Amino acid sequence: MTPVEIKDRLVQVVGEPVEWQAGPADAAFVVAPEKWYAAALALRDLPELDFAFLRTLCGVDRPAANCIEVVAHLFSYKHKHAFVLKTRVGRQAPRLATVSSVWPAANWHERETYDLFGVSFDGHPDLRRLLLPEDWVGHPLCKDYQEPPSYQGIPMMRPARPAMETKG
Amino acid sequence: MELQFDRGPEGGFAVGTLDALINLGRKHSEWYLLFGTACCAIELMQTGGPRTDADRFGMVFRPTPRQADVMILAGTITYKMASRIRRLYDQMAEPKYVIAMGSCANVGGPFYDSYAVVKGGDLIVPVDVYLAGCPPRPEALLEGLMLIQQKMEREPFFAKASGKLPPPADPWPASARGGAV
Repeated sequence: MTPVEIKDRLVQVVGEPVEWQAGPADAAFVVAPEKWYAAALALRDLPELDFAFLRTLCGVDRPAANCIEVVAHLFSYKHKHAFVLKTRVGRQAPRLATVSSVWPAANWHERETYDLFGVSFDGHPDLRRLLLPEDWVGHPLCKDYQEPPSYQGIPMMRPARPAMETKG
Repeated sequence: MELQFDRGPEGGFAVGTLDALINLGRKHSEWYLLFGTACCAIELMQTGGPRTDADRFGMVFRPTPRQADVMILAGTITYKMASRIRRLYDQMAEPKYVIAMGSCANVGGPFYDSYAVVKGGDLIVPVDVYLAGCPPRPEALLEGLMLIQQKMEREPFFAKASGKLPPPADPWPASARGGAV
């Protein structure tokens, strides 16, 4: 199916998208956050869509629009078609329903998105940081992240050394 | 003082300090910890492989820090990994040595601007030898291991073992770690 056909089928289940980003290869369907889970379930379970494979799930920080986008790239091995599902949550205390029960692969991807963007996934079985230490402060891929001077006594900059003298 | 050998027909003998004898043994049994944090570990494996063949100098890998003399920081060190590396270092028995292998372990390398990468292994453990390269070739790592051999050879072993020599300055003392290790 073409992305437009997939979109028309998805509209029958979750209604019109917040935004439809038409593109040559990676058209994206932006869904309201409260319909995120329903859209994911429909994309996986409708036999003519059959998106059994979650390629990736990640976040994008957009301070200008005051939102964090969560993006899921999907692929169907049965029908050989791909689709992008997006949603937008507020930058202050971002929350979203988990899709780790829809695609088990989303488990670690959501942990990563939580780790780096601070998106809290409701219903996630084990929402801990994935890449950074558990006592890390802040979410580094947010555009307003301020790097602390040190982490547990390790400086984040190399200490300054006296400049080497050059002869001649 | 180096050992002086007399290879006479009656079996011969050697004269020298006990330090020199022990250092001769240490030098030819330089066991390194089988441990890598990133891509430099591939070159570390090559160094132990048949082409470079570090075994011929008595350099063999040990999978436990309790039996290792040398820790090779092979690769990028993240803050999450820092406490694990420090724990391995603390588990090694004295005398122990550290080689910082490659740009990342030296100063953070190409990932210096990352929020997650430690800006050099010498901020966590005392480093004896720095190897340039990204990654250093196996020949370079072998050179680094041989520099450690030279250091072992010169060292007053008993003075060090009895605590008469001050230990190397600890860049990350327990008081600064905040319960990380």
